[in-house]
Amino acid sequence: MTDVVLSAGDTAWMLASTALVLLMTPGLAFFYGGMVRTKSVLNMMMMSMVTIGIVSVLWVIYGFELAFGYKGKSAWYGAISLSGLGSQVNNLANNGGVYPIPVLVFAAFQLMFAVITPALISGAIADRTKFLSWGIFVAIWTTVVYFPVAHWVFAFGNKVGDTVTGVGYLAGKGLEDFAGGTAVHINAGAAGLALAIVLGKRIGWRKEAMRPHSLPLVMLGSGLLWFGWFGFNAGSALAANGIAGLAFMNTQVATAGALLGWILVEKISNGHMTSLGAASGAVAGLVAITPACAFVAPWAAVVIGFGAGIVCSLAVGLKYKFGFDDSLDVVGVHLVGGIFGSLAIGFFGTHVVNSIGLDGVFYGGGTALLGKQALGVGLVLAYSFIATLIIGFAIEKTIGFRVSRDVELEGIDLNEHAETAYETNSSSRGGSSL
Amino acid sequence: MKLITAILKPFKLDDVKNALQAFGITGMTVSEASGFGRQGGHTEVYRGAEYTVDLVPKVRLEVLVDSKEADAVIDVIVKAASTGSIGDGKVWSSPVDAIVRVRTGERGTDAI
Repeated sequence: MTDVVLSAGDTAWMLASTALVLLMTPGLAFFYGGMVRTKSVLNMMMMSMVTIGIVSVLWVIYGFELAFGYKGKSAWYGAISLSGLGSQVNNLANNGGVYPIPVLVFAAFQLMFAVITPALISGAIADRTKFLSWGIFVAIWTTVVYFPVAHWVFAFGNKVGDTVTGVGYLAGKGLEDFAGGTAVHINAGAAGLALAIVLGKRIGWRKEAMRPHSLPLVMLGSGLLWFGWFGFNAGSALAANGIAGLAFMNTQVATAGALLGWILVEKISNGHMTSLGAASGAVAGLVAITPACAFVAPWAAVVIGFGAGIVCSLAVGLKYKFGFDDSLDVVGVHLVGGIFGSLAIGFFGTHVVNSIGLDGVFYGGGTALLGKQALGVGLVLAYSFIATLIIGFAIEKTIGFRVSRDVELEGIDLNEHAETAYETNSSSRGGSSL
Repeated sequence: MKLITAILKPFKLDDVKNALQAFGITGMTVSEASGFGRQGGHTEVYRGAEYTVDLVPKVRLEVLVDSKEADAVIDVIVKAASTGSIGDGKVWSSPVDAIVRVRTGERGTDAI
């Protein structure tokens, strides 16, 4: 095919990164699970876990081809074909050029992104979603929304000689989204907003306390997300090189900045720096730096992170103003953080740190890059929101998307899964467990 | 015979228990409780949303005593439980008609 030979170093790093990104989804399950009440923690965690199952299977059957295939020669989707992946074992990955890693490693790495994106949505509809309907939604949404959008953003085409086929629309337009500010976070955030509207508010929302039942679980989850995110961002270099190092450092310092920004806002606005604020700030920083991590200097990453911490901590109050029950703030953290980070590249982007990057407003590049970023933000946001509304209402009108009032009040864990997370009253089990 | 019931701040339980043991009390029942009095509840903030928590965690301690000892036991509890700040709790006694020790079948003050 070409004279590129497999690099053991790059391949080793990508295998490790892939495992790191997988860990983010169970990490997200802890992050979300700790934030809901005791009666729905298992359901919340299961929404993430079943997503790993569903999307992984779809990926092998047709998902990888739909996202990264090139035979459709389309800017909007990869290829409609059964991927199977079996025939590709000895091939190297080709995404706008040949990378010295096996295509199956590239496919596995990208799979983990496809897994976590729908899992992120689940936080918007906590405590009240029919589990089977969620599974069906995940299958349809990844097929109709994630796989195509991943193609728009991440598919740089199959390059043979000087001929490139199957470049995604936004990738071709020069959108700079290194690890998925648009394809993952804006995509999931807009979908979360749509589903929060489709399913409606939880019973008792704003009237009764819906306190996080375990902040230590939230802290554990944010720690696992942070750890896994090094694979997400630095792994997106698809190589163990300087760009991976830049992305790695930027991921760390932006997250640190956002953590501080969030709790500083808390201190000023209500006097206390909370653990939930620190955990949320860290995730907001990770979201915001995701698209930017390989295009900005580390000092700029701190600024972007700090800004995202402030903006997202204020944005989580929007749901009360507009009256939508985005239960765990998928909009305030992922949509707003994703937009913030994606647009920030238009200001802080510089070719100095990455030769393929363009200069943003602050580096004398004018608003050309900012325009490309705004196009990406707007297109992904609009498509995801509208498509998710349609899918959501279709499920609601046919098999139903929301559990009954009694199930919601008594607890979705018990009714949907026949389990409870904690033994809150030992005598209710005959006392034999003592 | 009297049942002395005390609602205490959880962190004062050990002090009260030790004071009662020093006084000569040989048994008690302790359970977790929650409620509010003049102390009221408190406010918690999660991602900027404030929640008022009305019910404050407390400990309920119950002791069965001979009527003659009731006032002295109440004094022991009050002394050990006091911090002087709001929310220290309450102690009260109520009459008890019968007491039976399950193992031996002893009744009345013998069963205390």
